[in-house]
Amino acid sequence: MSDLRDLYQEVILDHNKRPRNFRVLPQPTHKADGVNPLCGDRISVFLDIEDDVIKDIAFQGTGCAISSASASLMTEALKGKPVAEIEHLFEAFHSVVTTDCECPRGLGKLSVLAGVRDYPSRVKCATLAWHAVRAALEQRKESVATE
Amino acid sequence: MNAPLVSSAISVAASELDLARIRADFPILRQQVHGKRLVYLDNAASVQKPRAVIDTISTCYSDYYANIHRGVHLMSERSTLAYERAREKVRDFLNAASVEEIIFTRSATESINLVASSFGGMAFKAGDEILITGMEHHSNIVPWQLLCERTGAVLKVAPFTDAGELILEEYERLLDSGRVKLAALVHISNALGTVNPIKTLIELAHARGIPVLVDGAQAVPHLAVDVRALDCDFYAFSSHKIYGPSGVGVLYGKKALLEAMPPYQGGGDMIRIVTFEKTEFADLPNKFEAGTPNIAGVIGLGAALDWLTAIGLDVVAAHEHELLTYTTAQISEIPGLKIMGTARDKAALVAFTLSGAHPHDIGTILDREGIAIRAGHHCAQPVMQRYGVPATARASFAIYNTRDEVDALVAALWKVKELFA
Ligand SMILES: Cc1ncc(COP(=O)(O)O)c(C=O)c1O
Repeated sequence: MSDLRDLYQEVILDHNKRPRNFRVLPQPTHKADGVNPLCGDRISVFLDIEDDVIKDIAFQGTGCAISSASASLMTEALKGKPVAEIEHLFEAFHSVVTTDCECPRGLGKLSVLAGVRDYPSRVKCATLAWHAVRAALEQRKESVATE
Repeated sequence: MNAPLVSSAISVAASELDLARIRADFPILRQQVHGKRLVYLDNAASVQKPRAVIDTISTCYSDYYANIHRGVHLMSERSTLAYERAREKVRDFLNAASVEEIIFTRSATESINLVASSFGGMAFKAGDEILITGMEHHSNIVPWQLLCERTGAVLKVAPFTDAGELILEEYERLLDSGRVKLAALVHISNALGTVNPIKTLIELAHARGIPVLVDGAQAVPHLAVDVRALDCDFYAFSSHKIYGPSGVGVLYGKKALLEAMPPYQGGGDMIRIVTFEKTEFADLPNKFEAGTPNIAGVIGLGAALDWLTAIGLDVVAAHEHELLTYTTAQISEIPGLKIMGTARDKAALVAFTLSGAHPHDIGTILDREGIAIRAGHHCAQPVMQRYGVPATARASFAIYNTRDEVDALVAALWKVKELFA
């Protein structure tokens, strides 16, 4: 079980059980859905962007512990950030969950998902919400799929 | 098998002895996964291969491989003979009347597409109906939807109960529309385990002059199928789910129907005479086997059927039924675990959800314990929608699985429960 605890850290289990910002924004400026056809994960993200800053961000949907916790942690990480920083954060996050790199600084709590790197089939779960945010920013209407 | 298992009531020692021998036939079962012994419970997705099949394929390539039906040389003759002998084995396995009724394809999926394209193109016009059931695999839904798009035909779906059993009165009512041109239905549901009463359903359809295609992908590895006793018009299955190699499928079709149907694909092997003005097609079954087939794969399927027949499908069914009963009892004790699919007649698979733990997480945790299961929608999204769940976890059994392995599964599920408590 010890290596499983590396994946399912307390923070992840907690965010899975009590996801933060788990709600619908009534009038978001940006919105998109993400689906993972492999496992049926389905997430909607909502953003309120004002003056190029993320004033509010929320998500809803169903998914595994990794995708739910990742979405929840992502909303915490992005709230209040300038839009320009999203791409940089995503890249840093992506390399944490896919490579053996040292965790880049500035990722904060997001680095608890580093355990995902040992579970290649779960990377898509960890990045689903991020893909949805990027789609929302590009204002793509259709839902994005992870494959 | 010189000491075949007689029934599920035989002594435990005897059954364990035979099981050990059966397991020894499967090299992969000696593998370790994450430092644990492999417990392979994803058999409904694809089953592992016995030594006899692996060796047969290897021998084909190392001893006598060549293209079939076209060489005058010895290797081609030997390959052709082995390939056609496999067709005879399939015929015998299904108790079909003639080898002309056995078409080799790439998969069950391709077998169904063949019928949808060839029979469908010939028999359907706008307003006609195709009747399927609510528990079909995507491969017995999408080909018909494509046919509907091409022809203006309409797809009708027969409902099932919460337990996962078709509602016969509803089925009859749908057959009674007067517009149904084909009924296509799954013999055993891969998402629920339900064994459909296909003999009865076929009789109901035939009473109204409606031909029936049966998707037998999940059925042939678990129970004896006699296409003449069933009187089905088409029967489709995949080699890889019945201990044979992947890349080979079978379509059984009644001769009169196959003869009336146009070819599915054009190419080599399916012709008699080709000129640029006109082509005369080959006789059955070659008419439906355009191009060079999966020669070694077909021969490997023949070996798989020999291997399975030697054990006996009644022995397989009895052993798997015992595993199902044991598993159902054991996992039902886990609080929050819900089994999806509780039909009275059920094959050896258990699909379930566990409150607080997503199937995908269950799959990952079990994998670290060496246990392979499937997590997801099992290519049956409408079934997930029927129960209002995004996905399920599924343990599915084969002849080589043991009670010990069920115990390992149950112990691992308790760990999942602990982690997500
Ligand atoms: C009931 C059923 N039908 C059809 C298929 C399709 O089989 P294949 O992918 O080998 O064509 C499957 C495979 O999962 C199945 O379970």
